[in-house]
Amino acid sequence: MNLSRKDMLGIVDLSREEIDFILDTAESFKEISTRKIKKVPTLRGKTVITLFFEASTRTRTSFEIAAKRLSADTINISASTSSAVKGETLVDTARNLESMNPDIIIIRHSAAGSAHILAGLLEQSIINAGDGAHEHPTQALLDMLTIREKKGTMEGLRIAIVGDIAHSRVARSNIYGLTKMGADVAICGPATMMPMDIDQMGVSVYYKMEDAIKDADVVMMLRMQLERQERNLFPSLREYANHFSLNRDNINMAKDDVLVMHPGPINRGVEITPEIADGPYSVILEQVTNGVAVRMALLYLLSGGRK
Amino acid sequence: MKLLLKSGRVIDPSQDIDMVMDILIEDGKISRMEKDIPISETTPEDNLQIFDLKDTIVTPGLIDMHTHLREPGFEYKETVQTGSEAAVAGGFTSIACMANTDPVNDNRSVTEFIHMQARLTAMANVYPIAAVSKGQDGKVLAEFGDLKDAGAVAFSDDGNPVTDSGLMRHALEYACSFDMPMISHCEDTGLSSGGLMNEGFISTQLGLPGIPGIAEDVMVIRDIKLAGFTKTSVHIAHVSTAGSVQAVREARSAGINVTAETAPHYFTLTDATLRGFSTNFKMYPPLRGSGDVEAIKEGLQDGTIDAIASDHAPHSSVEKDVEFEYAANGIVGLETSLPLSLKLVHDGILTINQLIEKMSVNPANILKIPKGSLKTGSDADITVIDMNKMWTVDTDKFRSKGRNCPFNGWKLKGKAVMTIVGGDVKYADSEI
Repeated sequence: MNLSRKDMLGIVDLSREEIDFILDTAESFKEISTRKIKKVPTLRGKTVITLFFEASTRTRTSFEIAAKRLSADTINISASTSSAVKGETLVDTARNLESMNPDIIIIRHSAAGSAHILAGLLEQSIINAGDGAHEHPTQALLDMLTIREKKGTMEGLRIAIVGDIAHSRVARSNIYGLTKMGADVAICGPATMMPMDIDQMGVSVYYKMEDAIKDADVVMMLRMQLERQERNLFPSLREYANHFSLNRDNINMAKDDVLVMHPGPINRGVEITPEIADGPYSVILEQVTNGVAVRMALLYLLSGGRK
Repeated sequence: MKLLLKSGRVIDPSQDIDMVMDILIEDGKISRMEKDIPISETTPEDNLQIFDLKDTIVTPGLIDMHTHLREPGFEYKETVQTGSEAAVAGGFTSIACMANTDPVNDNRSVTEFIHMQARLTAMANVYPIAAVSKGQDGKVLAEFGDLKDAGAVAFSDDGNPVTDSGLMRHALEYACSFDMPMISHCEDTGLSSGGLMNEGFISTQLGLPGIPGIAEDVMVIRDIKLAGFTKTSVHIAHVSTAGSVQAVREARSAGINVTAETAPHYFTLTDATLRGFSTNFKMYPPLRGSGDVEAIKEGLQDGTIDAIASDHAPHSSVEKDVEFEYAANGIVGLETSLPLSLKLVHDGILTINQLIEKMSVNPANILKIPKGSLKTGSDADITVIDMNKMWTVDTDKFRSKGRNCPFNGWKLKGKAVMTIVGGDVKYADSEI
């Protein structure tokens, strides 16, 4: 099998077989990162550009490490953009990069659909590293890899995703992926941050934390951003934390072997208390480890690699 | 020079005419309209030009009561000249242009400038719509009296809603005292702000902030209440929601003076077309759901919606070839409006007579301009339509400077094949 697509824009258009195939490939790459010499020549001579219009430490580093462990040459571009600042357009930036013949371009952008613009324009493979509140496919893949490793399967698991669903690309990509893999997905958050008709995505919707995480096999907490408060989506972080944080009391509602996940960066004391983030159920750092493996797998597969 | 239009099916709802007739045009006016005007009744000195219009429909010139011509200020997007060229190519003999130019058309000099540009360069009649408030910033009323004297035909802050209900009340009262129409862009910015597309399942999937349909509905209801209270009239621009249609329908039956227009894209496209993130589907109001599309068609059919207007909004690639979030709202429409609307006739939703009412007679009445009729003695503004001509939309062939059109490549049935403005043939399809 090989991944017969040019780009990785979102989980929405992946089949269950493709997801399994990517996770299998990632699993086999994971071992490379534990070697003394953490480098294989697989992508020698390939050029990978990360084009980040949004601040990121974890995701960009993860992609860069993934590419380097496969011996690709990596170039990191941090650009800033806004409708107010008239600089070079995304299209012009893309055309210029294309002229230097890279093989893969990884883009993160605050505007939904930006990776799609590049994919439609360029011959190079485009990996979406997060576009607005739309999709963040590599995050969902690394989350699924983590769950599969720990639980063996996603089929039939009860998975709760809690927080600002409306503004979360992580939530959307995970909902697409986890429902395709047969999980029973519950989402939870304040009604002001619950997007219209989301139940049509095949999830059940809760407004009370206890109801959402009851008997959950996995609880995935999302980062709450303070700027949402300014738009009156919730009155205060204090009140948010009182109702939607994962803590020592409500974790007991979940199954005994619950996995606690978070895409990072975590707001300690807001959506998750420190003792839970650092506690025995937490796989937050294993998610980060798996991120490198998943990204290695994607770079390899999009470069035409076969298993 | 005289023009003789022979054997077309003449449809003039203003006179209840629908029959095959000949029309004679003299000195830019319609001089005779009879079953058969023999050529023998003219003399060689008449320098007669004869058009055989068999199998076509001959109507009062179409009127697009909602366009953006971008001049002054944004001449790289469109000018009075290029916009009017697009108009006649699309079958429109008269167009009204919105005030959101730079400077805003909120004073006599801008209105006069648009009239001057029209006189010097335009292919069609151009009717400026002036701003409600100075600078369109919703604070201070513009000088309605002076603007009317300068030749403005209506007032609208289109592009920006008048959010202050007190100001809107006074604008309605003040415009009414000058016998001038008020056109309202209905948008509750508290509900719409930050939104990029219709709020619903598609916006949830795409992760784009939504603009709920009620952002339009509540302002339509507000304006209806204000018009009822002040005993004035209001025209609702670009209706896009089922809620607005219902509100206008109820107000009408309660005796309130409200009229409404919609644009072809609101009965042709849904928000599902946003899935590819193409900025040519980004506009305000946004494309809505299929329930809204059906409601718009019903509103057109039962007469709740009086007019079809294009909301022609040309932009250059500078505004459109960018991330979806940053792209400007709006699409061009002058050259596709009639053919998209003809589909309503082909689908049996409207009769051709009703369509002509909505694209000529009613806009003339709402704007109170002496157009929309083929009465003897009136200006010879005439559109000739071939209902069945198959053609393909090709934005590269547009007369408009704008290429921001979601219908590029669409195969459409029917179009204007000849447009006569003041007795002059301003556009003729190659086959005529």
